[in-house]
Formats: sequence, structure tokens, C-alpha cells
Amino acid sequence: MTTSTDRSTYTAVCRLDQIEVEGGVTALVDGAAVAIFRTHDGNVYAMSNYDPCSRASVLARGIVGTRGDVPFVASPMHKQAFDLRTGQCLDDADVRVPTFDVRVDDGIVLVGPPQEHP
Amino acid sequence: MSPQYRKKIVVVGHGMVGHRFVQAAVERGLTETHDIVVVGEEPRPAYDRVVLTSFFEVGAEALSFLPEGEYDDPRVRLVLGTEVEGFDPETRTVLLDGGEVVQYDELVLATGAAPFVPPVPGHDLPGCFVYRTIEDLEAIREAAAGASVGAVIGGGLLGLEAANALRQLGLETHVVEMAPRLMAVQVDDAGGATLARHIESLGLSVHTNAMTSAVVEGADGRAVGLALKEAATIPAEVVVFSAGIRPRDALARAAGLDLAERGGVLVDEQGRSSDPHVWAIGECAAPGGRMYGLVAPGYAMAEVAVDAMLGGPGAFTGADMSTKLKLMGVDVASFGDAFATTPGALELVYSDAVAGVYKKLVISEDGTRLLGGVLVGDASAYGVLRPMVASGIALPDNPEDLILPAGRGAADIGLPDEAQVCSCNDVSKGDIVAAAAAGETTRAGSTCGSCKVQTKKIIEDYYASQGQEVDRSICEHFPLTRQELFDVVAVHGHRSFDQVVEAHGTGRGCDVCKPVIASILASQLNGHVLEGDRRTLQDTNDAYLANIQRNGTYSVVPRIPGGEITPDKLIVIGEVARDFGLYTKITGGQRIDLFGARMEQLPEIWRRLVDAGFESGHAYGKALRTVKSCVGSTWCRYGVQDSVQLAIDLELRYRGLRSPHKLKGGVSGCARECAEARAKDFGVIATEQGWNLYVGGNGGATPAHARLLAGDLDRETLIRYLDRYLMYYIRTADRLQRTAPWIDSLDGGLDRVREVVVDDALGLGSELEAAMARHVDTYFDEWKATIDDPEKLERFVSFVNAPDVPDPHISFRDERGQIAPEDSSGPVSLGTTIPVGAP
Ligand SMILES: Cc1cc2nc3c(=O)[nH]c(=O)nc-3n(C[C@H](O)[C@H](O)[C@H](O)COP(=O)(O)OP(=O)(O)OC[C@H]3O[C@@H](n4cnc5c(N)ncnc54)[C@H](O)[C@@H]3O)c2cc1C
Repeated sequence: MTTSTDRSTYTAVCRLDQIEVEGGVTALVDGAAVAIFRTHDGNVYAMSNYDPCSRASVLARGIVGTRGDVPFVASPMHKQAFDLRTGQCLDDADVRVPTFDVRVDDGIVLVGPPQEHP
Repeated sequence: MSPQYRKKIVVVGHGMVGHRFVQAAVERGLTETHDIVVVGEEPRPAYDRVVLTSFFEVGAEALSFLPEGEYDDPRVRLVLGTEVEGFDPETRTVLLDGGEVVQYDELVLATGAAPFVPPVPGHDLPGCFVYRTIEDLEAIREAAAGASVGAVIGGGLLGLEAANALRQLGLETHVVEMAPRLMAVQVDDAGGATLARHIESLGLSVHTNAMTSAVVEGADGRAVGLALKEAATIPAEVVVFSAGIRPRDALARAAGLDLAERGGVLVDEQGRSSDPHVWAIGECAAPGGRMYGLVAPGYAMAEVAVDAMLGGPGAFTGADMSTKLKLMGVDVASFGDAFATTPGALELVYSDAVAGVYKKLVISEDGTRLLGGVLVGDASAYGVLRPMVASGIALPDNPEDLILPAGRGAADIGLPDEAQVCSCNDVSKGDIVAAAAAGETTRAGSTCGSCKVQTKKIIEDYYASQGQEVDRSICEHFPLTRQELFDVVAVHGHRSFDQVVEAHGTGRGCDVCKPVIASILASQLNGHVLEGDRRTLQDTNDAYLANIQRNGTYSVVPRIPGGEITPDKLIVIGEVARDFGLYTKITGGQRIDLFGARMEQLPEIWRRLVDAGFESGHAYGKALRTVKSCVGSTWCRYGVQDSVQLAIDLELRYRGLRSPHKLKGGVSGCARECAEARAKDFGVIATEQGWNLYVGGNGGATPAHARLLAGDLDRETLIRYLDRYLMYYIRTADRLQRTAPWIDSLDGGLDRVREVVVDDALGLGSELEAAMARHVDTYFDEWKATIDDPEKLERFVSFVNAPDVPDPHISFRDERGQIAPEDSSGPVSLGTTIPVGAP
């Protein structure tokens, strides 16, 4: 569902309760596979589902946890960790996965445009 | 100062405490004004009696406190091999056994204690000994050389130490204890029972509630046995009495000094007897009427007496009677109010029969202070717990963490700087840190050694605080090993990750600890691995009950027990593979792997397989994989047993069993070993008489050949041993530790496994079997349960908002007539025109 007004660039993908706490789902947003995660503290994050290390579309199936204060997902392939907030790979400074704006309205998860990171 | 104005101190006894007195006198300058004469009855200078037993290994020299044979300070004269026969307080003289008379200004009695030998008939026969001096040990060693059975009378701390020595001298050894338990003074009934199990597992025979009525005399006039009241006589050619000690107060008694009611020279807080010029220190003394049978209080008395002679205010007001020792490889410690005699005191008990560990904390009624405790089997926490009692610091919120398996707990509690760490030498935490900072060492740990671990930890912490990190935990969230986590979960009965991390961890876990906890919960609860919050703990393989492959597709492996399959079932597998376009390959474990299934296809594939009677093969889990078999006696002309039937039975028995690493088995029907059973975690090979059981094999990068655990077993015994072996492994192995390295890591290695599994030395057999029976009874097929549960099926979609759209990243090429994964070179877009249903 794509709507106009301020939601113009946001796509509703699922209900929040379809994502397990510390789990992830894959959604199709504008033709791309996006991994959406929900953390224990109630935050929701979205990033590309494509793991550049294993070259497979799998990140939503990784284990979600924390490293220090950083919420992260570990790739189910070779366990590289990615910061859910920025997509930065925590094991390789040169690798980063694109992230997307995401918000929850009325229990519906909406994925927005790609985020810019410095 | 001219010599005639110098005063003279005579010390009677050159044992541990007499030596410490002289050391302190020299260090603190008492010899500036006093000459010292030390008269010792033993033929050698003072030595470390606390580690007397090590004489057998290291010899007398190594124990000596004074290898030079004299003190550096010329004002100290040492007279050895000489007994003081008496002294006269009137004339202030002592009489030596050679007739020499020595005048004194101050007389210090440091005569120690003597073993108490109950006056039973025959107690002085040749072959009867005590265990106190190097000469005693030399005599015991000599007697043991010509004997085969020995007995120790007394199951206290010293008695057990003596018993172990007899055992190491090659004697079959009995321990005879009057009380209902061993070490009755230090540990409670449960601790005593755990200790007895350890000791019996070493091959000693323990007789509690046993009264010796006589030492039996043999034809040659030597001891040959112990007659017990109301029990059969036990053979014993070497008898060691270790029934307690008595202060050597005869000299003081003869001189008319006051003695304590139960023996010992009665002295005040500074060590002065009823004659102001006669002092007593160490085990012969009874400050306030009580004698102390440990070295630390004796050292304290020596220091106080020197202080008093220098005019100082020091006082001895009682001592910590805490003990820690390693008995036959078993740690035993007791400290503070070990028997919970304080009104309202609470007890907190942790007991792990598998590991042979018993720990008890005694806590104040309001739960804020530690009062004492007992540790058997693992006393690593002693170094922290004892000072906690002494310094009265507040207990942490989860006091049970203090006795839960090491790694966490005790060592993390911040002790105040003034807390005494080494009670033998009165060294505080602050002293240790200060010494470490100055690059020096303290005396901490140099006497009984019980605080060594704690001292090391304090020093490590100090270095860590200086930027050198030391870390041993499995991941940042849990400072525990897998076994410790297993115990924590068992003790608290946790049922979810949230409970475990809230109680014992930090943060929200990671890809290391979550699967470990999932596996532990699975072994203990046996529910569906995707139940409740457990799905998100699983690695993707367990989460989707299939093995992820390089392009994000999965492989499917139905169970084919023992590798036996009917043509109809083979056809079903072929049809499923054909209909879903899967690549097929025969595995090393005698089954068929179907590759290239998209996640959303898994439920459909499995519905077909389940309908045809297949079950999950658990190829995705840290679990039993297969039990490989050869053809066996049914068809093979060499086979001696039906290996196929046994392999099927074992595979069905252990299917679904979650373990620290994958588990494989094999069964061969004869010695030709066609099933390669010895390359498996458990291998069974047929013999004419039954089955040989081998354990600890694996292939892979670090291959290991399984070793024989037990031979010629009947089927029932074989399964019993296997049940025990596998459960013992599951309970005690580390994360991702296969059986071979696990066995190597055990104290005693394969022998240890045999003790537990075959000899049932720890008495755990039935418990381990019951745990396996629980597994067998509660097993169900995970895939069948999944396809019957709409909620679980919800997960098996390519996209949450487009469940029927295949993931465009997955594509295949053709290779040798089957599919093969094609690597995608980057994120693939389907374009923006896909119709997406609103949620
Ligand atoms: C096997 C063993 C293990 C032990 N383990 C521990 C332990 O783990 N922890 C602990 O705290 N304690 C332990 N102890 C106890 C510890 O050894 C004693 O507490 C300590 O030795 C007491 O010191 P002392 O100087 O008072 O007595 P001793 O060391 O016995 O010294 C007394 C000396 O006085 C001599 N003497 C006696 N009468 C005369 C006389 N009339 N004339 C001349 N000389 C005389 C004796 O021959 C002896 O050499 C152990 C003891 C033994 C035997």
C-alpha cells in the first residue's frame, strides 16, 4: 500500500505483531528485499536484506542481540554483525548495508526512504 | 649494650610456631636486647608440617624452613635433637635431656600437639603409627613396602590425608570413622556424603559409625587388622591413628602452671601463662581456655607474644577456624558458622551430583550478611567467601550466584581493601594490590595455599585495571561456560532466554549465547525448538528446521534410521525432489540430502515427506544425526550380530537429542568394521559375545578414533551405558565441544568416563538414565508438529507482505543434469510494479 500526503514515500508492510521480539521479517519494498527487525526495547529497524559478505538475501533470518549498547543482527551465513541503526558491519569497517526509515503507525509497520549516514 | 645486660629467651619446640616466633623476634628487633635459645626435640629444624604429606614426593629438604640449619642472626642459638625435660619457674631454668641447664628470663613454650591414640588393646603393636612428623612418615613408608592393606582410624581432615597417603603408597585403604560422616567437624551431613562418594570413587573403603575395639595381633606379633564393634573385622597391616590431637602441656603441668579444662597451657590474650615469665604459643596453648589446631592462629600468637615482649599492645582474641584443603583431588572448605548455629540463619544449598559438588551458604536471617558455609568438590569461591564473612560486607542481590559454578559469582564481588585474604599470614586485599603495584609479592598463599586463587584474581584484576584485560567468559553477555549455564538453568528452573539473561547476564544476547541457551532449554525441557521465544534464539538452521546453503536456500534431510529404506520411500524422496526441482545427493551418514529448497517451499515439501512416513533428520541441529550401520548378520556372510537392527534402535532412541555439538553413531556387525563406527561419537562393534562400545571418535578436520569404553556387553547394558555416556556429555561439555575433546578435558579422561558410566562411581547412573528416559518419552517429530501449527507456518514465507513472490536473489544454473546455486552479484530489485497486498 502506497499512500499520498506525508506518508507518500512510506510503504506499509505488516503489522508490528507479525515481527517477533528480537526477530526479523523480510518485506518487499519498491521491489527490493528489506529486512525489518524489532528489538527488545521496542524499536523497529529496517535495512537491506542482502548480506554483502555472503552475497545472499538472508539478513532477516539472523539472530538479533546487542554488542555493548549497539543493537545488531548477525548474518545467518557467516555471523558478521551489522548495527541495526546504521547498517555498519561491526566486523569490517569497509562494509555497510543500506538502512531505511521505518515507523509504526497504529500497529502498522511502514518502511520509508533510504537513510543517509555520514 | 654490654652482653651481661642482655636478657635470654628460651623457646621450647622448634616447630612451625616456634620458628615463626624467632622470625618475628629477629624482624622486629627483639634480638637487639635478647639472646634466644631454641630447643627442639626433632632431629631437624622446623619444616612445613601443613604440607607434610608432600614429603613422599619432594623429600624432607623441600619442606624445611631453615635449609641452612641455622638462623642468620648470631644471637639465636638452635639446639636440635634435644628434649626439654622440665623447667623451674622459681629458678627460671630449663633442664635439657643431656643434662644441660639453661637459664632464662622469658620462657616460650611452643611444643605443639601430639596425636591422640585411643587406648584400645593393641594400639602399640608394631605396624601402628601416627601422622605428625617426617620420622612418622618415613616409618609408614617402610612398613607399607611390605604390606598390602592399611587402615586409618579417624575420618577427619588429617585422617583422610593420611588415608590418601596410604593409598598412594599402594595399599588397599580403609577409613574408620566413629561419627556418622567424614570430616564431622567441618562439614555437614550432605557435604560429608558428597565427600564420601568422591573418596570411595578413588577406591578407598569408608566405614562410618564404626568403633575400633582392638588392633588385632598376628602370629608374628604385628598388627593384622582392626576389630570393630558390631561389624566385621577389617584387615590392616599398617594402622594409622588420626583420632584428634592433644596439646603437649606436660612441662607446664609439671611446673604447676594453670591448664585449660580440656588441656593446653592457659594463657592470656598476649600469650602469658599463670607465671608472668612463661609464655605459650601455638597448639600447646589455650588462649581463653581454647586450643586451636591450625597454624594460622599459632602464627598470630607468635606475633602477639613478640609484640608483648617489646611492650606493644597486641592481643590474640580468637581465630578464624576456616579450613580449605584439597583432599585426594577434592576441594573441601568450611568457614564461619558452617553449621548454621546462629539463630534464624538461612541455608542456601547448591548441589550437583554429576559434578560431585556440594556447596552451602549460611546467611543471616535478614539475608544481608554471609555467616559461613561449606564447599565440597569445588572450593574456588572460598577465597572470596571467607573474607566476606570476616569483613561483614553486604551480600549481593543474588547470593546464590556466589556458589553457582565458578566463573561468575564470588570472584566478581568487590572486596574492601581491608578484607583479609590470607588468614595464615594476615595479608589484606589492599596489601596485595599495593605489592602488585610495586612489583613485589606478599606472603599471601604461601602457607596453606587456600587463598592462591583469590590472590591471583586480585593481582589479575589489578593488572586488568591497568589496561591488561583478562577474560574467560563465553561471550560478553554471560560470564559463564556452557556447563555453568546448564547448571544455572537447572538450578533455577529457567524456561526462557529472558529469565536467564535477566538473572545472570547483561544486554540482550548474541549469536553465541542464544543458541547455547536454546540448546540447554531444549535438553532440559524437551519442548518444540520453535516454542515461545525460543525461535529467535536459534541459528537459522534450527529456526527453519533445515540447513541453509550458499544462496540462502535450504537443504532437507529426512531421517533414514540405520540407512535402511524401502523402495516405496525411496520413490517418494525421488518424487519430491523431482516435483520441487531439488538437487539430490547421498550423504556420508547413509541418507539423502535434497538441496535448493526455498524457505517458503519447506512446509509443502515436508507435508509430502511426513505423509509418506518420514521424520525430521535433525541435520540442521546440534543433535543426533545418524547411526550408520553395515549390512549385518542378516545378509552379510561375515556378520556376527544384527548391526542394522541395533543401529535403527539406537537412532530412534536418541533422535532429536539436543547436545553441545552434533552427535554421530555407528554400528558394525563384525570386526571388519564396515560402518566405520570408530570414527563416531559412539561406535558399537559386534563380538561373538555381544557388543564392544567405543566412544569419542569423529571425522572432520581433527579426526579422532573412538576408544573402547566397555567390551562384550549385552544389549541392555550397552543401551544403559550409552544413555549415561550421552547424558553425561550433554550435561558437562562445553559449547561446540565434540565428545573427543570433551573426554580429553575431563580430569582422568576416558578413565573418568568409565568411572561414571560403567562403574557408576558417583552414583549418578540412574539419574542420567532417567534424564534419557525423559527424552525418549517426550520425543516428537518437529516437522510434523510444525506443519500442523499455522502459527509456526507463518514464518515460512519469502516476504511478509508478498508471501507468494519468490526471492529474486535465488537463481540456479545447471550442473551435471541437476540444479546448482548461482551467486548473485548484488541486491536484486524486482522493480516497483509488484502488487503488494495491504496488511
Ligand atoms: C599432616 C598434617 C596436615 C596439616 N594440615 C594443616 C592445614 O592444612 N592447615 C592448618 O592450619 N594446619 C594443618 N596442620 C596443623 C599444623 O601443622 C599445626 O597447627 C602446626 O604445626 C602447629 O605448630 P606448633 O609449632 O604449635 O606445633 P608443631 O609444628 O608440632 O611444633 C612443635 C614442636 O615442638 C617439639 N617439642 C614438643 N615438646 C618438646 C620438648 N619437650 N622439648 C623440645 N621440643 C619439643 C615438637 O617435636 C615439635 O617439633 C596439619 C598437621 C599435620 C600433621
